[in-house]
Amino acid sequence: MRFEVLMADTAERFLCEPHQSVLDSMERLNRQDIPVGCRGGGCGVCKVQITHGEYLRRRMSRAHISAADEVAGIGLACCVIPLTNLTLSVVVGPNVPPPQLGAREHS
Amino acid sequence: MALSAVLRPGHVCLRVLDLDAAIVHYRDRLGLQETDRDEQGRVYFKGWDEQDWFSVVLREADSPGMDYLGFRVLNEDHLARYEEALRAFGCQVERIPAGELRHCGERVRFDSPTGHWFELYASKDCKGNGLGRLNPNPWPEGLKGMQPSRFDHCLIYGDDLDGTVRLFREVLAFDLTEQIMEGDLMVGAFLTCSNKAHDIAIIRHPEKGRFHHASFLLGTWEEVLRAADLISMHDISLDIGPTRHGITRGRTIYFFDPSGNRNEVFCGDYTWYPDHQPITWTTDQLGRAIFFHDRKLNENFLSVVT
Repeated sequence: MRFEVLMADTAERFLCEPHQSVLDSMERLNRQDIPVGCRGGGCGVCKVQITHGEYLRRRMSRAHISAADEVAGIGLACCVIPLTNLTLSVVVGPNVPPPQLGAREHS
Repeated sequence: MALSAVLRPGHVCLRVLDLDAAIVHYRDRLGLQETDRDEQGRVYFKGWDEQDWFSVVLREADSPGMDYLGFRVLNEDHLARYEEALRAFGCQVERIPAGELRHCGERVRFDSPTGHWFELYASKDCKGNGLGRLNPNPWPEGLKGMQPSRFDHCLIYGDDLDGTVRLFREVLAFDLTEQIMEGDLMVGAFLTCSNKAHDIAIIRHPEKGRFHHASFLLGTWEEVLRAADLISMHDISLDIGPTRHGITRGRTIYFFDPSGNRNEVFCGDYTWYPDHQPITWTTDQLGRAIFFHDRKLNENFLSVVT
């Protein structure tokens, strides 16, 4: 069964394939609703706040997602597998600072 | 023959979130050979042409990244001398007993101004490359995956770049082969203890102790393209490539292990000698320095670390 993801901030919606992570499904649709990093739960780039719905979690780096975060519905979209329709928003993580190399390009 | 008493990057210990998934990745996809497991659950690997028993150690943990990078040194005398010099530099230094990593002799572990942990060791059991040393064949049959011949180098990210560069140059006698400069500020350093364009690279970054990638050597550009095929065939998380770096001239592809640690396989750099002068890249040309064909910076490549 496919479930719908609603991006709370933009009201954009997309469908998730069964047993696939939110980020996987988004990338397969060539969408860019959520920033993509390592896709393995390690880098913290795709952090989201889930406000509605049920989901499974794959193991995520404790450096980015604490036990309290998990309870609060914060997760990495590459590790979140929907069990119902989900509503979520992107968390711009203070723990993903731009490297000085990249920062200079924008200045 | 190495050009300094530090011979080479000899092992990297990586943390992974799911050991079983990581074993499939490093053994069957990347194509390292599994050579041992220990009572702590750590798994040991080597590239097919490495003589030493292991060069990669995986450990399951709750966050990915690099525990430490170890360099083999010429002998026990040099190990003791480096230990003293590291203490004089101000590093925290400890001796890890022989056998703590299976097949490895005593290790001198030390920290660095960027918050990374490194090790030196003088002995490790010889596993060999399976070809023998008497009238050997050129390569072994039955290899899996991308088939890198060896672990080659790591790129790390940290805050006190100048301090760690000073540590490697002044204490361990590494040469600076290439540097990235923002005016007078060094933002990237490529360092070697050998004839290679880099044995370790360091990028300036606000956080301490971050890991960008571990790199493995292939023989040809065709093998890099074959690695790219395998990445798609097995739906491995691709970062960027195949492409060429301006820095080091490497022909390369980057991808992630199942826990988000970045790997590189690459071929081709140049031969460094200690009488050479370093190459300088300026940040206004950073696009071509990093990706010579695109000539554009890639946000993920620069900012995604474990």
